[in-house]
Amino acid sequence: MDTALIPEGRKRCPLWQFVLFIAVVGAVLLWGVYAMILCWLKGLNQTNMNNAYGFALWIWADLAVIALGGGAFFSGFLKYIIGKDELKNLINYAVIIGFICYSSALLILAIDIGQPLRGWFIFWHANVHSMLTEVAFCLSCYFAVLTIEFIPLILENRQIDKVRFFHNLSHNMHHIMAVFAATGAFLSFFHQGSLGGVAGVLFARPFGFREGVLIWPWTFFLFTWSAAACGPCFTILITKITEKVTRKKLVKDNVIELLAKISGWMLLTYIVAKIIDTWYWAVVTAPEAGFTMMDFYSNNPLYGLWILFLEIVLGGIVPALILITPAGRKNKATLLLATVLAVIGVCVNRWVMVLQVLAVPVMPFESWFMYAPSWQEVATTILPLAYGAILIAIAHRYLPIFPQEPELNPVEQQAG
Amino acid sequence: MKKAQEHTAPKKYGMVIDLDKCTGCGACMAACMAENNVPFREDETDKNLSITWLRVYKLTNGKKFPNADVCYLPRPCMHCEGHHGHSPCVSVCPATATDYSYDTGIVSQIYTRCFGCRYCMAACPYHVRYFNWWDPVWPEGMEKMLSPNVSVRTRGVVEKCSFCFHRYQIAMEKVRYEGRAELAEDEYQTACTQACPANAITFGDLNNHDHAVYKLKTHPDAFRLLERLGTNPKVYYISSREWVRRQGDNYLENEGKVVAKAH
Amino acid sequence: MFPFSFEWIWDMSHMVFHGGLWYALSIIGLGMTYCILKSVVDTVQGKGGDGHH
Repeated sequence: MDTALIPEGRKRCPLWQFVLFIAVVGAVLLWGVYAMILCWLKGLNQTNMNNAYGFALWIWADLAVIALGGGAFFSGFLKYIIGKDELKNLINYAVIIGFICYSSALLILAIDIGQPLRGWFIFWHANVHSMLTEVAFCLSCYFAVLTIEFIPLILENRQIDKVRFFHNLSHNMHHIMAVFAATGAFLSFFHQGSLGGVAGVLFARPFGFREGVLIWPWTFFLFTWSAAACGPCFTILITKITEKVTRKKLVKDNVIELLAKISGWMLLTYIVAKIIDTWYWAVVTAPEAGFTMMDFYSNNPLYGLWILFLEIVLGGIVPALILITPAGRKNKATLLLATVLAVIGVCVNRWVMVLQVLAVPVMPFESWFMYAPSWQEVATTILPLAYGAILIAIAHRYLPIFPQEPELNPVEQQAG
Repeated sequence: MKKAQEHTAPKKYGMVIDLDKCTGCGACMAACMAENNVPFREDETDKNLSITWLRVYKLTNGKKFPNADVCYLPRPCMHCEGHHGHSPCVSVCPATATDYSYDTGIVSQIYTRCFGCRYCMAACPYHVRYFNWWDPVWPEGMEKMLSPNVSVRTRGVVEKCSFCFHRYQIAMEKVRYEGRAELAEDEYQTACTQACPANAITFGDLNNHDHAVYKLKTHPDAFRLLERLGTNPKVYYISSREWVRRQGDNYLENEGKVVAKAH
Repeated sequence: MFPFSFEWIWDMSHMVFHGGLWYALSIIGLGMTYCILKSVVDTVQGKGGDGHH
């Protein structure tokens, strides 16, 4: 029925299967939309946030998806600026994943603010000294860049491409894509960093505060670095999941291995820097404020040294070592394991830099603040996952995302 | 109006609270709620959802009878000066909805500008910033008793203690009308200061030699909350009890006795 | 965001921040304008038939 829309030389599942998938995931999406509407109509009392937890699950989700969406800017940077041309076979998908991540982040932010109709104040009345202002500007601008990078892909749909103007537009946008990619990389280096700065500049919150250079705390650089390291891992992971779901090989191994290798070295260097940062914070920064490191990891039901181990060792050192080893990244199981661990590692990092910062009691006569999200918060956080799955399904079905797909999966009766 | 302000010396309003005098009666909290139209809910069980611009904390020395001791610590906004006005919350607000006044030293909150991102709440270690999780609902007839000098806040914005700034504005109007340059100490006092039956709270200009707070802040037993973080708060506490002073900040085990600092 | 907003101060931080912002916005805006205009011209000139790029 929809054969005319499916890219030439590519095989897709029957329409009923596709519709069933969309319907099932769509039900989850609607659940999230219902929770979102509740939050907008009734306010943030629908959440389990409170005056101790002004930031909670949503801000973590924001930071996490933006880090994971970092695969788009870093692959773009590697392809267009550094000249790793093999990555052209993965860049389309990295852009789509980035687009989903960033649009999700903007949506979550729109739910998270107490007065959504005043959201534009952050631009209009901008306080340039706030890390959040930098985040808002760079995030919006970079989302525009991602949209620009996504448009030519949409225009490559078989039917849309027949319209001569769209064909030309797609061609011309491809032609100067390096300029957009460079702008995107510039913006990303800043907003990924600013997100790190959000907690790093809180000089009255000893768990998050870091010293730094000029106006930027060390977390500024660490966040950019970790996003550049773990974002591509997420791109690889989603590509592997897509291959599993579609039961097709979509990208050649050498492309995946190249990205995995770069990602591994980025992760290794990042984790060394992160260990130095943690050590300096534990022995210098925190004691200056009157805290020992164990003050942050004891006397509470959740946060122990295990979380540091999970983030740094399991989510950092282990995947880095796997990815920098040729045998590690060539083996499908260890490659998958490494990408999953790296994704967990960066998500845990974002969690502690949002939630644990607020959980730690700062006034000596207070105790730890614990928090569990409400169903509305969970539903609105799952919403982007459902939206992402649907967008990927539609994009994969109707757009030629993977240039190597026809070669890897030759269709016998192409003439039909 | 601006011109008149320019002619007066910069003030630095602050508070000194004598914890040895405080009985924990809560009159300051009640006065603050009434003065500033602070909303409340039918069920205030969860204190993390309550709005209490001034909150009285109960401190204990953790010892058993007969050595057990209790101290009540009223905590308004500290109106942190930080380093040259770089207070933790002001610097992070993305929409310039909170401001540090170099004329008064007061950290303001512009309710109509705040869009509820709550970054300031994350920045404040004293938990003085409160979010309006609900729209304010007043018991039948109570809306007629609200103060006309303080705007009522809507759902979705952050609010906090303003050192009763509206009282400063009213007092300054009078000063200007009478052609005077300076405000007398008793012309501007916060509601909590006036309500305290034990006279535990003293309020005034920390820069002014004639104001009581100027001398009190240099009391040998004076301290500020979390000074080590560099927040540079303008609320001072006095306690003759060492364990109370020690709870004013975080110390490593080997750091020994707390010695009151010169200011 | 704009020099006519009353929060605007002509200091280094505002100029650096907004310099970077408007630089990025200009590239995005000019880039897209170029693409659209060139595509209109190309289409009018009859380019981009059934071929692939």
